[in-house]
Amino acid sequence: MDIIISSNTSKPIYEQITSQIKAMIMNGDLQTGDPIPSMRSLAKSIHVSVITVQKAYEDLQRDGFIETTVGRGSFVSAQNRDFMQEELQKKVEEHLNLAVETARTGGIKLEKMIELLTIFYTEE
Amino acid sequence: MTYSLEIKNLTKTYPQSDFRLDNVSFSIPRGTIMGFVGENGSGKTTTMNAVLNTIKKDNGTVKILGREMGDKDTDIREQVGVVFDAVNFSGILTPAKLAKVMAGVYKQWDQEFFLKTTARFNIEMGKKIKQFSRGMTMKLALAVALSHRPQLLILDEATAGLDPIVREEILGVFLEFVEDENHSILMSSHITSDLEKIADYITFIHHGKVILTEKKDHLIYDYGIARCKAEQFQLIDRTDMMAYKKRDYQIDVLVENRKAFERKYSGIVVDTGTIDEIMLLLIKGER
Repeated sequence: MDIIISSNTSKPIYEQITSQIKAMIMNGDLQTGDPIPSMRSLAKSIHVSVITVQKAYEDLQRDGFIETTVGRGSFVSAQNRDFMQEELQKKVEEHLNLAVETARTGGIKLEKMIELLTIFYTEE
Repeated sequence: MTYSLEIKNLTKTYPQSDFRLDNVSFSIPRGTIMGFVGENGSGKTTTMNAVLNTIKKDNGTVKILGREMGDKDTDIREQVGVVFDAVNFSGILTPAKLAKVMAGVYKQWDQEFFLKTTARFNIEMGKKIKQFSRGMTMKLALAVALSHRPQLLILDEATAGLDPIVREEILGVFLEFVEDENHSILMSSHITSDLEKIADYITFIHHGKVILTEKKDHLIYDYGIARCKAEQFQLIDRTDMMAYKKRDYQIDVLVENRKAFERKYSGIVVDTGTIDEIMLLLIKGER
């Protein structure tokens, strides 16, 4: 399992952790029931504070990606991947809608938006 | 929540001096690291000394692992590992001899752990301590503090004067220490980038008073510093600013919720702040 923490980005560290673990679950690198490191050992390994990892795990748990059992640690929860995909797509639609509204008010053309979107999607 | 250290209304005055600790209160939840920051002479070391009962407090309570420590409570002392800025081991001892002394002092002394830790730090067991570099001496002090198996570490500028590589190694040791969720650390440091890496909470102290205790993530992700022009500054509600500082061409305003502030006052740039910048505004800024 790889988790890469960059300190040269505005993205908070707990978000960097959640988004990478979510990605690993979505693309199947982590399967239902797979253990993920304990909060404290992950904090030690990536040199960040315990509460930062705790926040990341709480968010993952809230969104149904992992389950934490006291004394046993955290595991990838059983879930319907289609459902998760759908949820994520809804989120993307919301954001795009917002972008389209902003673009319309500013008179930005569809071609320009597609161009921007392509850049963002392929860059990361 | 259970706390490793609870300080309530700690007060200490000195007869010949203006300096005082003025109702210092903060707590460290079990399993967390508290960074303790403030200017030189703001009261960090005095607070730590009062916690350790090496100076007598005038007032207030200090609970270590749920208990107040009196002069005779040596069993609580065993639970507290201490590293101060100045190391006071006798220079003529070698680490090997020092360990014998410590084994006589602490019932819980773990010789095996001491040997493992000193080996890991590459400390020469047969060399006299006075010949050690600062980095080596600090590592030795840390090895000693850890080897009587404490639950709470109190570190006063323990990483000061150390190079980045040694500091990184020591930060790793601290995180390893709190891997056990009963362990906690109180550490003062002027190297706030170290605290930004590993601390869970930050307490700011100024002129003997605690001015803020806050989750570190909250400070560096949610707090913000608004960079305002004079006319923008006029429009800001007083209740939306924690402190401000006028500079030649801009006014910096410390705000508690960066995103909410940006929504309310569009057009004002709000940066995230480092612990240093937040401290500067809290201490030098006007309110």
